[in-house]
Amino acid sequence: MKTLPHTDVVIVGGGWTGLLMAKELGSRTALSVVVLERGAPHKQDEYATDMDELEYSIRFRMMQDLSLETVTFRHSQGGRALPLRQHGSFLPGTGVGGAGEHWSAVFPRFLPDVFELYSRTVEKYGKARLPEDHAVQDWGITYDELEPYYARAELLLGISGKAGNIHGTKIDGGNIFEGWRSTEYPTPPTKIPYLSELFRKAAISLGYHPYPVPAATTSQLYTNPDGITRPGCTYCGFCENFGCMIGAKTQPSNTLLPVIAKRKNVSIRTGATVRRIVREAGQKNGKARGVSYVDSTGQEIFQPADLVFLASWTLNNTRLLLLSEIGEPYDPVTGRGTVGRNLSHQVSFSAATAFFDQPLNRFMGSGASGIAFNDLDGDFIDHSQLPFLRGGPFLARSARSLPVGEADVLPKSVKAKWGSEWKKAMLHYFDRTGRISFLGEHLAYKGNYMDLDSTYKDHLGDPLLRLTLDWRDNERNMAEFATKKGVEIAHAMGAKEISSFNGLKHYDTVRYQSSHIQGGAIMGASPESSVVNPFLQHWQTPNLFILGASSFPQNAAANPTPTILAQTLRTAGAVVDRYLKNPGPIV
Amino acid sequence: MRRRHFLTLSAAGLGGILIYSLDRKASRLAAQDKPVRIPLRFFTEAEALIVSAAVARIFPSDDSGPGAREAGVAVYIDRQLAGPYGRDRFRYTQPPFEDAPPEFGYQGKATPREVYREGLKNLKNFHLLPPADQDAALHQIEDSYFFALLKRNTIEGMFCDPIHGGNAGMIGWQLIGFPGPRMSNLDEIEKFYGEAFRPKPISLHEATGSKIRASEDEP
Repeated sequence: MKTLPHTDVVIVGGGWTGLLMAKELGSRTALSVVVLERGAPHKQDEYATDMDELEYSIRFRMMQDLSLETVTFRHSQGGRALPLRQHGSFLPGTGVGGAGEHWSAVFPRFLPDVFELYSRTVEKYGKARLPEDHAVQDWGITYDELEPYYARAELLLGISGKAGNIHGTKIDGGNIFEGWRSTEYPTPPTKIPYLSELFRKAAISLGYHPYPVPAATTSQLYTNPDGITRPGCTYCGFCENFGCMIGAKTQPSNTLLPVIAKRKNVSIRTGATVRRIVREAGQKNGKARGVSYVDSTGQEIFQPADLVFLASWTLNNTRLLLLSEIGEPYDPVTGRGTVGRNLSHQVSFSAATAFFDQPLNRFMGSGASGIAFNDLDGDFIDHSQLPFLRGGPFLARSARSLPVGEADVLPKSVKAKWGSEWKKAMLHYFDRTGRISFLGEHLAYKGNYMDLDSTYKDHLGDPLLRLTLDWRDNERNMAEFATKKGVEIAHAMGAKEISSFNGLKHYDTVRYQSSHIQGGAIMGASPESSVVNPFLQHWQTPNLFILGASSFPQNAAANPTPTILAQTLRTAGAVVDRYLKNPGPIV
Repeated sequence: MRRRHFLTLSAAGLGGILIYSLDRKASRLAAQDKPVRIPLRFFTEAEALIVSAAVARIFPSDDSGPGAREAGVAVYIDRQLAGPYGRDRFRYTQPPFEDAPPEFGYQGKATPREVYREGLKNLKNFHLLPPADQDAALHQIEDSYFFALLKRNTIEGMFCDPIHGGNAGMIGWQLIGFPGPRMSNLDEIEKFYGEAFRPKPISLHEATGSKIRASEDEP
């Protein structure tokens, strides 16, 4: 193994969190920073010609190459785990910018009570109300502590939206259920597709409080505090699964890379697949000495560093901890160990697929332009008499409206599966079809976790990560409730025919749900029950920080990126202001 | 070296169709023109004729407009199978392969190339049958993985960007009311609530003026 010269900081992963940390440390300190990214570089100009549904949205050009590495999956501990051989229920990104390049850019904050989910739920409903096998925990931070960093993240990305709660004052037209905000959004809401306008009117008629979805597809020309200027969105419709052709969708490549490029102390190495975090020899709780990786020529390389950031997405963060034998792997039988625990996804589905008489022009829009409401989210309705806890937002967007992926979405009244009748139905319904989406909270359970697979390996011979994951009655009952509500909304929108969601049974790896996967290296107030402290610092290895949704103790219904970025900014501040002055545990 | 195979396309009975040659040059084939011979990359001629006939029953030409044969879907599928998709370049293909419930996704060992080659054996001389018999033959296999793939690839070939060899003349987009990669809908998105806005489709090449590299053309 070749050993490279020492660097102050090494960051594993060049997505939103890794590059944001690189930008912060590179700008605020003189530290030498190396980012290791296993995928390819991405540049803004390559997106000028990427509006090709087949390549990007069907063949997943921007996603992780599963021929090299995937995960295995099973529903329960005794089950046989099999590899996810093709992309399905979630889409891991790859390359510089990661999933932040092809995201749909919906940018909501989490509800305040999410961060104290265990305490608040027990306080209101009692311990007995939580499912028997739950693993729900508080985060060890509060919304109030995170609020300034949410505000900074929104400024950095130029989020478009309408505030519904500034310092406790409720504002009509915004999301009146959101946590308090210190400021209005940096840019006004995006334009709204026709489907979303129908949804807005229907929601009002049913007594809900709709508002424009907060969007990182910026509504107008915007210059952020780093002096980066981006144009406004043109609603071309090639958004989710694509990089933005004009840079209106905030991506690491157009928001962070131009700043990083000016910093001589930061370098990004692509084609670098990190295999292990290396610790001081013979010490179980020793400091990290750096990381070892394989470069694009296959050479094994050791990169020594004083400070290691793991920023390689939820699943790979967890896998690298397990492969590196850092921390105790979680054992679902004894409840001992922390690495891999609290795997959660999201109760995410089309509650109603609505078929209209009139055309929708659904090809116009962006991944985030739309309308949502949160009246049935969190604990805003009383769950005493309901067969589930928590909830989620409903929303209508014209995202994912491209013809290869969507032409075959037809009402149940169309019986033909091919041939002339089927063809005519596709031609009629393609632009008359809209979705009422629901994103519900997924609680954490003792039996949903990650460990290393004993059979399947990656292209380098390392074991794949194994996911053990299934729904429980809380999610199934929530889905049933949300489906009924979604159908009511679709009726109120004037739909002529409605396909309702057919229910959650066992976790399905085929149906795309969302790429919001969390857990495995969760944060918390105690090293007994979490991997990192509330500053995302490893409890036992204080020069290792773990960024991203791997820190979330459970899913929180809304899209995770705003919280991930806010936490990364908070950690960057703590590293610069506290850790560097006195290296050691921050808490 | 495999023997060169060609698919012969005729424009007879149509107002004319666009044909994309291997170097991506589009030429309009008018009804009175001689048929065009397109070199095949994966299929034999016999296989291409069967696929062309089968996709024409799945997405037929009828009183609602042209179908998969006219859109060049067989040419599209031929190129996809010859390229990285056909050989499962991006799928995890390490053994062991096990049978599993549908929630685990396709767990088979066979690549799309192998699925087609095997599946087409059950459709010998399909292209010579009358339409009713063709439909009966497809009904017999409609629960197979091969048919699922054929149907999925037909939809792709109808509605993909024409750079991939299907959707010739943007027939699919015209049929379904999709304008292709329009660079901006800024002025229209809130203007056409409830009424159809149907700009003339443009291809990615037309929209960007750039030479586009399709993955199936990569080595």
